[in-house]
Amino acid sequence: MMEQEHTGYSAYRNRRKGYLLILALLLLVAIVIAAGIGAVTIPATEVLSILTKQIFYTIKQAPRTGVEDIHRTIILDVRLPRIFLAALVGGSLSGAGAALQGLFGNPLADPYIMGISSGAGLGATIAILCNLPSFFPGLSSVPVVAFIASIVTMIVVYFLAGARGRVPMNTFLLSGVVVSSFLWAVISFAMMVSGDSLRAIIMWLMGSLSNKGYTHVKIAVPYIVLGIAILFIRARDLNLICLGDDEARYLGIDSESTKRIIIFASSLVTAASVSVGGIIGFVGLIVPHIMRMILGPDHRLLLPASVIAGGIFLVSADTIARTLIPPAEIPVGIITALAGAPFFFFILKRYKVQRADL
Amino acid sequence: MRLDAFSICYKYDIIPAVDDVSISLGRGEFISVLGPNGSGKTTLLRILAGTLEPCAGKVLLDNRSIRKMSPRSIAQRIAVVPQNGYIPFPFSVLEVVMMGREPHMRRFAGESRHDIDVVFQAMKITGITHLAKRSMFDLSFGERQRVIIARALAQEPGFLLLDEPTSHLDPGYQMGIMDIFKSLSRYENIGILVISHDVNLASQYGDRLVMLNKGKKVADGSPWEILTEEILEEVYKVKAVIKNHPVIDCPQVMLVPGFDEGSAKSNIL
Repeated sequence: MMEQEHTGYSAYRNRRKGYLLILALLLLVAIVIAAGIGAVTIPATEVLSILTKQIFYTIKQAPRTGVEDIHRTIILDVRLPRIFLAALVGGSLSGAGAALQGLFGNPLADPYIMGISSGAGLGATIAILCNLPSFFPGLSSVPVVAFIASIVTMIVVYFLAGARGRVPMNTFLLSGVVVSSFLWAVISFAMMVSGDSLRAIIMWLMGSLSNKGYTHVKIAVPYIVLGIAILFIRARDLNLICLGDDEARYLGIDSESTKRIIIFASSLVTAASVSVGGIIGFVGLIVPHIMRMILGPDHRLLLPASVIAGGIFLVSADTIARTLIPPAEIPVGIITALAGAPFFFFILKRYKVQRADL
Repeated sequence: MRLDAFSICYKYDIIPAVDDVSISLGRGEFISVLGPNGSGKTTLLRILAGTLEPCAGKVLLDNRSIRKMSPRSIAQRIAVVPQNGYIPFPFSVLEVVMMGREPHMRRFAGESRHDIDVVFQAMKITGITHLAKRSMFDLSFGERQRVIIARALAQEPGFLLLDEPTSHLDPGYQMGIMDIFKSLSRYENIGILVISHDVNLASQYGDRLVMLNKGKKVADGSPWEILTEEILEEVYKVKAVIKNHPVIDCPQVMLVPGFDEGSAKSNIL
């Protein structure tokens, strides 16, 4: 009797899996194209052959010629680490943005709304100003201090917002905004007295992926993977928590503990990606929003889609950032806003009426 | 299965909202809760649903203290339709009704065949099957209300608590929704508690009425016991005449306007 409904429902679910597959393929394409673009242009076919060889052979076994050897170095050692970092940072910001928009039930939320960016900014400013010695070989002290400072900021914001064992989301938002503006004032003051380091500080604050390597990828990956995994596991809870505390409870969700977990996971992800990429704006706001317009608000689909699409978006934006006016580098944060805003309005007009997945 | 509250008190800061109220709801029973604005109806409902903790008294669900139960196991037994079911994102109707399965679903499992059956059955009962793929943002208020009720039914609850479910609906929708509740209490053996401002509707459908005023329970009994001219005068400060409903046997309230030509004129002049 209900057979029709079951078939309809599983078709609907399969269609949703299809969207994720398409996005994943697009990310691969973006990575391959980005790896070929730069001072030396390498055709996509060659990029692909270099990548597949790298995957299937160890370095010594891989047969190669002279030119290919140089191209190999350019792709594997120069461009790929940066592309990976872009995908990682873009995916994290966008995933955390999607989760926080759900948590606050507000499409205007982004990963920085809780004050993480100001904390990381202050940490980075201090590290640059004081020229702190590096803690790990091959990695400056800036990302490490930025990470610690952003986590401390989150803890402060959380406890300032709490009252009687509960953290009302409005108070939490407000607390984030206030702490954030306080810290930005401190950062501005530090910039005023910074002298020669000013340019380095500004570049960091605007967000840039230049001069980063596999070390940055490696230190950020564990936190990001952990945080994203927690968010994926909690995707269904996010669907309910966006309805508000009471309604989520009526549907069987322990709202307070769920909110804590979501805040913890998205802070971790954002802090890790900001520490290595600086404050790259717009990704965490716009990409989840676009994904919601196209694929609907169910976080089980929205979260993974936002992560992958955030990766695609930032890989593309960073490729433009490093190639638009060579040899100069434009901070990628400028590109994300410049390219993101028109793209957003294009999507807004296109998908105003109908969700694609229904 | 019973839902019992004993001598419940609740204060917002120091202002008492619910004061020494006891109420009990059995399976298949239909209770209407009446009372003026601010009389503590919604607070009582939230306490019964376990979202507010009373500062005195206790709520027992099947003789177990509701405080010791997890939100999940409460939600398997009690469903709530809140006053304004706000949904911030354009979820589809099907997605919203499926949310009602949450208390029965395992964390890593998808929707089972049973979940899908229950959801489509709930949509059928509330007459929204044709809306399944529509976005919540595109629905009228009456349609949205039905979706929220379908979500509550999808929880397969023993008790259904509703906060003014018909307050913004036209008479057709009002009767339609109340008929659904009545048949759920008769044939599905669900205990129903409806907060209402419509004394006549409450009287037509409620097996029992509970009248709250200033946080206290004024009266609890059959419609004929509660809807008296004295109680309505005391609680709502209105003049009322009680008549029998011409078709079904229940009291109907006719309010007498306080306005009268002579005194109104003299008051203004």
